[in-house]
Amino acid sequence: MILLHAIPWAGALAGYWLFPEQLPLLSAIAIAALFAVSLDLIVGYAGLVTLGQAAFFGAGAYTAGILAQQGWGEPFSGLLAAAAVAALLGLISAPLVLRAGELAGLMVTLGLGLMLYEAANKAAAITGGADGLQGVEMWPIFGLYRFDLWGRTAYLYSLAVLFVLFMLARLLVASPFGWSLRAIRGNARRAPALGVPVKARLTAAYVIAAAYAGVAGGLLAQTTSFASLDALSFQRSADGLLMLVLGGLGSLYGALLGAVAFTVAHHALSEASPVFWQFWLGIALVALALAGQGGLLGLARAAIARLRRR
Amino acid sequence: MAEPLLSIDNLRAGWGEAMVLDGISLTLAEGQALALLGRNGAGKTTLIAALMGVARHRAGVIRLGGTALERLPSERRAALGLGWVPQERNVFRSLTVEENLTAVARPGRWDLAAVYALFPRLRERRANLGGALSGGEQQMLALARALMLNPRLLLLDEPLEGLAPVIVEDLLAAIRRLVRDEGMAAIIVEQHAHQVLPIADHAVILDRGSIIHRGAAPALLAQPDLLSRHLGLQHH
Repeated sequence: MILLHAIPWAGALAGYWLFPEQLPLLSAIAIAALFAVSLDLIVGYAGLVTLGQAAFFGAGAYTAGILAQQGWGEPFSGLLAAAAVAALLGLISAPLVLRAGELAGLMVTLGLGLMLYEAANKAAAITGGADGLQGVEMWPIFGLYRFDLWGRTAYLYSLAVLFVLFMLARLLVASPFGWSLRAIRGNARRAPALGVPVKARLTAAYVIAAAYAGVAGGLLAQTTSFASLDALSFQRSADGLLMLVLGGLGSLYGALLGAVAFTVAHHALSEASPVFWQFWLGIALVALALAGQGGLLGLARAAIARLRRR
Repeated sequence: MAEPLLSIDNLRAGWGEAMVLDGISLTLAEGQALALLGRNGAGKTTLIAALMGVARHRAGVIRLGGTALERLPSERRAALGLGWVPQERNVFRSLTVEENLTAVARPGRWDLAAVYALFPRLRERRANLGGALSGGEQQMLALARALMLNPRLLLLDEPLEGLAPVIVEDLLAAIRRLVRDEGMAAIIVEQHAHQVLPIADHAVILDRGSIIHRGAAPALLAQPDLLSRHLGLQHH
């Protein structure tokens, strides 16, 4: 069982030596994976669909980026600040999203995402507007390891942060808190009267997921020394959801798998045909949806179960 | 006299536009068990649902230990001490038995060890999913889950309905222990008066949304003609 958990992480670490030319891509995967995990917490576990998760990702990216630009380039405290700002934003917006009901709540997340995007676009004096945030300078990690041109430090740093937060998320979903989220998803109508404080739990999940997305955004700004409106875009929210559905909802490892598959496919297919790659993505999604729920992880589990039976 | 645990005054409630309860008033003291009787459609389940804030409240006052409940959302009522065991049981199907219990646990006398001692069957089934339990086990789980809230008042809605006789015996013994030995206050909705009256202190009979009889449970048990008039034929 422990071995099964070790495989993906050993694989991710091995990538450091196996693909020394592709480390920026691997960093991008780790960051996408953390973003997908944040979405899994809110969509897969709490059952609250959002189209605006990029708002928190972007808030984290700009927070970490602006901090470093203004002369505080210490990476970990930068991530903490990114998490705090995103969490605060989540805390403010959670009541709006939760009170509205399912479809209306979805629209609220969409609206908040668009608002933040335009706000960042207008506040060019702070964010750099459409040109992006220039002059992000990071300090070495622990004062020792510089962010190098090949992205070595960046990848190990991103992977370590992903690993720690992923394990934390696993603890969270296997706690009474996590079970109450699944109880809410299973029977949201009755859960309050049965003693699950639905609003408080969903708010907590929403805020935690926001903080996770904020850290992912912070990582992007720190490892690329850049933050742009792209971080706040609707496309990012949608891509995150696609990764999650592709990999499998509500299992955390599905989020990792989906992020890897999506980012690699995006990279490979868009190099071959920059515009047409979404066509193949569409085919893959339709095929996965028809093959049954659970995404790639669900397929893998079914295949393993079949092998064992033989 | 001390404040009653539960007091309901002129409660009117129903579902959507339909009014079911037409001015219910009753009180229940700490540690007392009330048998809530009546034919099908008399309004028993609606009364329980109105206490929980699930049915639509129209008028009247509900107080638990002096706190007015009628404007509070369901989750506040549960937190204030109403432990609901719904007729449909509403076990969380995708959670295991133990997860069902710990997901709602609040600190107090009733913890995992205590509810497992009450229902050893649940301990055996602790790792099974709620959806994989038999009807009787689901009923035990629903009751145990309500106990994990450490409620001040249990609301049991037809806890024996549709269960095999041997399970009925087990559940009845557990409920008897709760209300007789542990001093747990409870409202127990039941179609079969003879099963619940022996363990209750008081009895109320509902008919078409109104109370048509109230009194001590043993006294009602001693009046079979009254029972059969209001409740129809009673089988043991």
